[in-house]
Amino acid sequence: MTVGLMVTCINDALFPDTGKAVVTLLRRLGVEVTFPAAQTCCGQPMVNTGYLDEAVPLLRNHLDAFAGCEAIVAPSGSCAGSVRHQHRLVAERSGDPGLVRGVEAAPPVYELTEYLVDVLGVTDVGAYFPHRVTYHPTCHSLRMLGVGDRPLSLLRAVRGIRLEELPGADECCGFGGTFAMKNAETSIAMGNDKARHVRSTGAEVLVAGDNSCLMHVGGLLSRQRSGVRVMHLAEVLAQTEPVVHSVTSAGSAPTREPASPSGAPTAGGSQ
Amino acid sequence: MTATFVGMPAFPTAAKAALADTQLRRNLAHATGTIRTKRAGVVGEVDDWEELRLAGAAIKDRVLRHLPHYLEQLETSLQAAGATVHWARDADEANQIVVGIAQEHEAREVVKVKSMATQEIGLNEALEAAGIDAWETDLAELIVQLGDDLPSHILVPAIHRNRAEIREIFLREMGTAGRAAPEGLTDEPRQLAAAARAHLREKFLRAKVAVSGANFAVAETGTLTVVESEGNGRMCLTLPEVLVSVVGIEKVLPTFQDLDVMLQLLPRSSTGERMNPYTSTWSGVTPGDGPQEMHVVLLDNGRTNVLADEVGRQALRCIRCSACLNVCPVYERTGGHAYGSVYPGPIGAILTPMLRGVGHDAQTDSLPYASSLCGACFEVCPVRIDIPEVLVHLRSEVVDAHKAAPGLPSVQDMAMKAASWTLSSSARTGAAEKLSGLGGRLLNRFGGHGAPGGAPMLGALPGPASAWADSRDVPIPAPESFRAWWGRTDGGRRDAAPPGHAQGGPTQGGTAQGGTAQGGTAQGGTAQGGTAQGGTTQGGTTQGGTDGRGAGR
Ligand code: SF4
Repeated sequence: MTVGLMVTCINDALFPDTGKAVVTLLRRLGVEVTFPAAQTCCGQPMVNTGYLDEAVPLLRNHLDAFAGCEAIVAPSGSCAGSVRHQHRLVAERSGDPGLVRGVEAAPPVYELTEYLVDVLGVTDVGAYFPHRVTYHPTCHSLRMLGVGDRPLSLLRAVRGIRLEELPGADECCGFGGTFAMKNAETSIAMGNDKARHVRSTGAEVLVAGDNSCLMHVGGLLSRQRSGVRVMHLAEVLAQTEPVVHSVTSAGSAPTREPASPSGAPTAGGSQ
Repeated sequence: MTATFVGMPAFPTAAKAALADTQLRRNLAHATGTIRTKRAGVVGEVDDWEELRLAGAAIKDRVLRHLPHYLEQLETSLQAAGATVHWARDADEANQIVVGIAQEHEAREVVKVKSMATQEIGLNEALEAAGIDAWETDLAELIVQLGDDLPSHILVPAIHRNRAEIREIFLREMGTAGRAAPEGLTDEPRQLAAAARAHLREKFLRAKVAVSGANFAVAETGTLTVVESEGNGRMCLTLPEVLVSVVGIEKVLPTFQDLDVMLQLLPRSSTGERMNPYTSTWSGVTPGDGPQEMHVVLLDNGRTNVLADEVGRQALRCIRCSACLNVCPVYERTGGHAYGSVYPGPIGAILTPMLRGVGHDAQTDSLPYASSLCGACFEVCPVRIDIPEVLVHLRSEVVDAHKAAPGLPSVQDMAMKAASWTLSSSARTGAAEKLSGLGGRLLNRFGGHGAPGGAPMLGALPGPASAWADSRDVPIPAPESFRAWWGRTDGGRRDAAPPGHAQGGPTQGGTAQGGTAQGGTAQGGTAQGGTAQGGTTQGGTTQGGTDGRGAGR
């Protein structure tokens, strides 16, 4: 199955490693990943600020870019949610029946954990991450998409991980797109409470499925010199156990290769 | 009550002031937290809660689809039961009707059951202007009224006050409005309630006219319903000779059976109780029992405008339970006053702009933006109002209204236009990323490493960026975008092998693995990454030649 990676504009420009992690992970699970290079942004920033007309050219571009894919995978609950729930609205308002048909015919979009658990049917992706972690279920994953405990079941299967429960987990972190700027004071008050809960867990890494929320909470945690870093779920799942299997000439570093993921589908796609 | 919401500043400004009030923050966090937990408990024990919600929404939708029909049926039933029906187009008309009825009976005062509709139209002020005292009899409303304060919650209007503040208000103000608070009043809840009871009782026994709202109005039978906790409503509805009920036109229900659904949904959602202590239902006049003259004022006041809005009309399903307020992370931190309306919180953020109309004043136009769109309100709403959907819809109405207004486009208009132009083409997007990446490479030297994947971050910034950066570090644009990386490496299949590393080209090693998490963070230097692998992506890009070890600062 060929899936198009919708990396999202924010990951593209600010957090490319998340996109690379998705590629690593999906290839390891035998999925052929393409990156339709014409893609840009789903239009959510415009829609959520009330600029629906300005979102129309982005919607057209999105539809053209992903036209050939069987499915779309996005490492963002928010952007997947936007495609699933907002594109129709934008198309309808544009008054262009062709655009509405385009949205109806578009390939299905999955948030990464939906794709892993529902389409591939895996929860153990063969990852190894020996760290103390807490997970924040971002609002759009939780409530707009309803990903439920898919992310947590994926995390629980990661070897070496120590998962700490986050108090008040399903409360919003306060990012909210332009809300973070338009209502900065309220946004920060919400984010500080989230950061306080994160710190109370003793975790060294805060994991979530949306880098935009992580950028906000991470920005606060960083300013507080909290010693907690943030990481996209895809990057945790992409990590594998280092295996020392040969030593070359004296003095050089040992060669490492990821352990083969047990319980996961064949890793043949990339090997 | 002379306090008014008129002239309040826009939400961000009002919120800033509210956030600085630490007592308010504590009062609100405690109160909303408690009631949220209670609600979750009693809702969780109902197996068919989702079916109930769907039924509640369906009943209300049916009403809204056939509103004229049900309103006329309600009018006929009410008249048959001996009530007089009045129609009020707006607040002024409604106030005139109520004032007129009070004057007809030469009443110098009225007692009031807690009602959002009468607050919405400013009835107390209208009565006051006509020389008639309007006494609020709900405990929390009494606190607000005596304190010359504004309500901050639709169910618990004094939620922003704590016991000590209430005691002070009682001691200071009760005497000016009637029976004074007893000397030596403490802030013990039982004592505060007893003081209010004694104060109110003489008003219940004296008043000739009572004013109420209604939670529901049954078209089939002409039955009005008031749901309450304290029994003050029951007193007002039964003791006076004349009862005037101001009822929003969306409150109508087709049949008595529909109450079955609503009376299950409402108490669990609002106070977190299985059943509320007092549910009063009455159908017109019963000779020799209760008020012998009844008036019902059916109020539009903007509701037909809401009904005309295809997306927004679902807000008319609202049963004013306040669950959305209690669960809202914004409301929890700013309180109700910041919304500058009798309807605060998520429902206020959609209902107020629709009742008032957008594009006229900055305060109203700021309300649809007073939300992070987290969706918690939709999740708890007993009649399934998709508040985030309506918020986004109203934001577009605000933007459209401003675009249509004469004058120059705003900075935001221009920024969105520019972003739309850039982001509708991958070539333009790629070019913009190259520029920001260049900036990122320069900025990289100054950053920490707190962002996702250990990406570098910047501290406080001047200018417009300060809204973000005053309290939050800022991620630095990646030196190489994902798009550029994919193009350069053919999606990682062609990545340069790490220096002195024979293997690992085309497969895992060549991809993000190293650069992802390990390299840039503290981890990189410790157990995981400080090897050649970490250097893969780092070396070529971010770190400008340092190896994985070097990246782990
Ligand atoms: S919008 Fe829904 S949750 Fe909010 S007060 Fe109305 S009925 Fe209750």
